[in-house]
Amino acid sequence: MKHFEEQMMRFLMFVATLIVFGFVFSIVYAILKQGWGSMSWDMITKLPGGGFYIGKEGGFLNAIVGSLYIVGASTILGLIISIPVVFFLNVYLKSQSKTAYIARLAYDVLFGIPSIVYGAFGFTIMIYFGLRTSVLGGIIVITLLIIPIFIRSMDEVARNFPRDILDATYSLGATRWETIAVVLRQIAPGIATATLLSIGRAIGDAAAVLFTSGYSDSIPTSLSQPAATLPLAVFFQLSSPIKEVQNRAYAAALVLTIIVLILSILGRLISSKFSKNKL
Amino acid sequence: MKIPFLDKLFTTSELLSNATPDRKFVSDNDSSEISVENLNLYIKGNHILKNLNVQIPDKKITCIIGPSGCGKSTLLKTFNRLIDSVEGLNVDGKIMLHGKNILSENEDLTHHRRKVGLVSQRPCPLPMSIYDNVAYGCRIHGIKNRKNLDKIVEHYLKAAGLWEEVKDRLNTPAVRLSIGQQQRLCLARSLAVEPQIILADEATSALDPISSKTIEELFVNLKRDYSIVMVTHTLRQARRIADYVVFMYLGEIVEAGEASQVFENPQNELTKKYLEGAFS
Repeated sequence: MKHFEEQMMRFLMFVATLIVFGFVFSIVYAILKQGWGSMSWDMITKLPGGGFYIGKEGGFLNAIVGSLYIVGASTILGLIISIPVVFFLNVYLKSQSKTAYIARLAYDVLFGIPSIVYGAFGFTIMIYFGLRTSVLGGIIVITLLIIPIFIRSMDEVARNFPRDILDATYSLGATRWETIAVVLRQIAPGIATATLLSIGRAIGDAAAVLFTSGYSDSIPTSLSQPAATLPLAVFFQLSSPIKEVQNRAYAAALVLTIIVLILSILGRLISSKFSKNKL
Repeated sequence: MKIPFLDKLFTTSELLSNATPDRKFVSDNDSSEISVENLNLYIKGNHILKNLNVQIPDKKITCIIGPSGCGKSTLLKTFNRLIDSVEGLNVDGKIMLHGKNILSENEDLTHHRRKVGLVSQRPCPLPMSIYDNVAYGCRIHGIKNRKNLDKIVEHYLKAAGLWEEVKDRLNTPAVRLSIGQQQRLCLARSLAVEPQIILADEATSALDPISSKTIEELFVNLKRDYSIVMVTHTLRQARRIADYVVFMYLGEIVEAGEASQVFENPQNELTKKYLEGAFS
C-alpha cells in the first residue's frame, strides 16, 4: 500500500511537470506555425513601408529597436535604484528594523500592482507635465514596473546572505561600505537572475507602454519621440482583419520569444560564472 | 601531526620594508591586556551580562567556559564590538585596551576591529579565492602592491599551517577547501591584518578531531605573539590549552584565574560542580 501511494504521488508530480513542458512546447509550436511563414529577413531589418499594415512590404524593426531601447534603459535605471535599496535594507539596517519592514511591505505592494495601473499612472503624470507619448515615458513606467521585481528577487538572495560573512569582514576592520564588495560577490548570481526576470517582464509588457511610449513607424532619434514596442506590434497586428497581418503578429511574437530565450541563456551563463566563489 | 612552523611570526609591517606609516609594529612591551570594568549589557531590557570585572592577560590563552546561554559569546562579541549590530542594545561599563575604553563612541571602530581578530564557530571564508581571502583585509587597509600581497599571503598561510596544502591552487575558490582547512584559512585571514588579540568563538566545535587538534596546536604556538581569548564548550580542550580560565554562569563571572588554580582547586561551589560535570 505504501509502495502504491509513493508511485501514485510520483506519477502525479510527473504529470504536473509534463503539463508545464507541454505549455512551453505548445506556445512555441503555435507561434512558429502561424508566424514562421511571414518570418523573413525583411521583417527584422526593415521599417514598416506604406501599407505594411494592410499586408504590403516592410518589417517591424521599429518595434524591435524600440523595445530594446526602452528595456535596456529601464534595466540600467532599475539596477541603479534597486541595488542601493537592497544594500540599505540588508547591510545598513538591523535585521528587525521597522524601516526595513515598511520598505519590504511597500515593494510587495508595488510588486502586486498590475502593469496597466502603472501605465495609467504614467499617463496621468505625463499629462500633468504636458508630455506626449515618448520613449522617455515608456522608460519611466517600465522602470517603475521592474524596480519591485529587482528589489524583491535581490532582497530574497541578500536576506539569505550568511551574517557570518558580514561579521568576518567587520572583524577584519572593514567598513560597511567596504563590506558591500563582498556582499556583491555573494549575491551576484541573484542579481543576474533578477535582471533576467525583470527584462523578461519588461520586454513583454504591453499595457504599461500602451499609453506611455505610444507607437511609431520610425526609430526614435530622441527621448521625446514615441517608439513602437514588440508587444504592441503583436497587439495591433493581431487585431487586423487581414490574415497576412495577423501572421506577422505571430512573427513579432516569435522575435520577442527568441529575444527572451537568448537573454535567459545568457543570464544562466553569467550567473554560473558568478557563482564560482559563492558559499 | 606536524605543523610547519616559523621560528618567529613576523607581522605584516615587519614583512614589508616599505610599510605604510600607520601600520607600525607594536613592540613586545606594549601589553595588550584587556581589562573589563563593571560591564553591564542589556538586549531589549534583558540583563545579559551582569557587572563583569575581569582582566584578560596578555599573550596567554584565556578560555571562557560555562553552560550554554551564560553570555560567553556575547562577552566575546563585545570585545570587537560586533555586538553593536544587535537591535535594542544597551551597554555600560568599560573595556580598557591600551589605556583606551573600546566601548567609547570616539573609538575608531574599524581600527579597533583590525587589532582584534575573530575566528568564528563555523569557518566562514569570503566568497572569493583562497589568495583573495587572505589578501582581503590587507587590501582594505591600503596594501595594493601585488608583490607585497604575495609575501603576506604566503607568510600567513604558512603561519596557519595551510601553505603546503594550498600553494598550488591559490586561485581556486575558498569554498572548495575542507572545513578544517577553511578554519585555518580564516585564521590566516585574521592574522594578516596584524591583530594583537585573537578571539575564537568555539573555533573547533564544527571541526573533525584532527582539524581541531591542528587549530589547538596553532593557538598554543600563536600565544607567543598574540593574546588569545576563546570560548569553549569542551572542558577537556580548556584543560589542554588554557593558561587562564573565566567561568561564567547566567551572565555573571563566577570565577576567574590561572587555569591550574581554577581546574585543580576551584574556589566556588558552582565552578566545582560545573567542572565535575553536574551541569553543562
